[in-house]
Amino acid sequence: MKPVAFEYCRPETVAEALALLEEFGSEATVLAGGMSLGAMLNMRLVRPTAVLDIKRVAGLDAVTINGEVWTGATLRQAAALDNAALMAALPLLAKALPNVGHFQTRNRGTLGGSVAHADPSSEIPLALATLGGAVELQSKRGVRRVPAREFFLDILTTQRAPDELLTALIWPKPRKGAGCAFAEIAQRHGDFAIVACAAEVVLKADGSLEHLAFGLGGVETRPLVMDVGAFLGKRADAALAAEIAAASAASVTPMSDFKASGEYRRALIHSLGAQVLAEAFAGTR
Amino acid sequence: MLRLKPGTRHSVSLTVNGKSCTGTAEPRTLLTDFLRHELKLFGTHVGCEHGVCGACTVMVDGRAVRSCMQLAVECDGADMRTVEGLAAADGTLNVLQRAFHRHHALQCGFCTPGILMSVTHFLAANPGPTEDEVKDMLSGHICRCTGYYPIVAAILDAAAELRAGQSAAVAPRV
Repeated sequence: MKPVAFEYCRPETVAEALALLEEFGSEATVLAGGMSLGAMLNMRLVRPTAVLDIKRVAGLDAVTINGEVWTGATLRQAAALDNAALMAALPLLAKALPNVGHFQTRNRGTLGGSVAHADPSSEIPLALATLGGAVELQSKRGVRRVPAREFFLDILTTQRAPDELLTALIWPKPRKGAGCAFAEIAQRHGDFAIVACAAEVVLKADGSLEHLAFGLGGVETRPLVMDVGAFLGKRADAALAAEIAAASAASVTPMSDFKASGEYRRALIHSLGAQVLAEAFAGTR
Repeated sequence: MLRLKPGTRHSVSLTVNGKSCTGTAEPRTLLTDFLRHELKLFGTHVGCEHGVCGACTVMVDGRAVRSCMQLAVECDGADMRTVEGLAAADGTLNVLQRAFHRHHALQCGFCTPGILMSVTHFLAANPGPTEDEVKDMLSGHICRCTGYYPIVAAILDAAAELRAGQSAAVAPRV
């Protein structure tokens, strides 16, 4: 038994969860799959007064595919991968998810938990930010929707207030004819990404770049989406992929840690970034 | 809504390998410790206790998961399988266990219970995996004897045997 002593609360509705969050505020921690939180509890990196287990909140794992795609906070990563309609609607997420942890952790880890946890090397936050998605946050004060590109502030730090519950991720559907790609380099498969790259591309009929979203994970303290406006209208070929990757590598300030130096991360953005961009170009229709 | 006070023990009931079991746990008690210390099921091993090594993997409601990263109280009412449930009541090893035996897929054996439980779910979901898919699944386990090749061979062999439906009819190969 390694975590600190805490009260275990198992709300069955969102309203009950919000009442608990109002009661405990920052003394509470929300438990979904627990694939990050469990480790942090065991190492006592978090010492909550109360753990709010939202796994049994009815309907919080729902998937809705309309003009946008909504994935409920407690939707498990494995359940998302097994949902053919969802994977067809969100091809970038389909490419990112197999990189999330392992078979055994995807069986329990959730999409919402990964986004709320906000590890800078995480794949799901990167995919959500790259696609221009959003999160839904609820509290007793009301409901708000925060764009993913603004939600992540720093390592394990988001715009979520202590009394708010992340209830859903909101994904825009891909643009018509879009191509996408996702790849990462980690020390071992399933380990934290040293650098992860995600791209969504739309080309004009003449092969020039109409739309590009290019995201980088594991580089700075939150997922980054590059400013690529200067490249729109240019011919989408291998040379442009390399040019965008080089400009991106030059524009970031990569972390240095025990896994990799900042310069190594920069080199990975050059090589992996160009590869991912070229793959996304090739996937357009 | 269920609220369990810190520092006191609460009743937890679940089904383990088809049998109803009840024990008590504090809110912070890990499922691993509940299985081992409360239910005396020592087959589930404790390695890193932060979800990396895979030694503690069990099946909860049909899915292979880490038992060190969930609380016993989270699993109240769950249907669990542990390594103790793989062999027949008389001790006869199942197809997967026999394949591990045949291929020398265990050395010290510490990582083995977790791997067997992962593979039990994995092969139920994907009866005909490729070698790459097996390796991808196995990336969630650490074998410090580093005997991965025989483990991969045993899993592929067990998958083939299960597909052929030979499990009961054919005697173990030498």
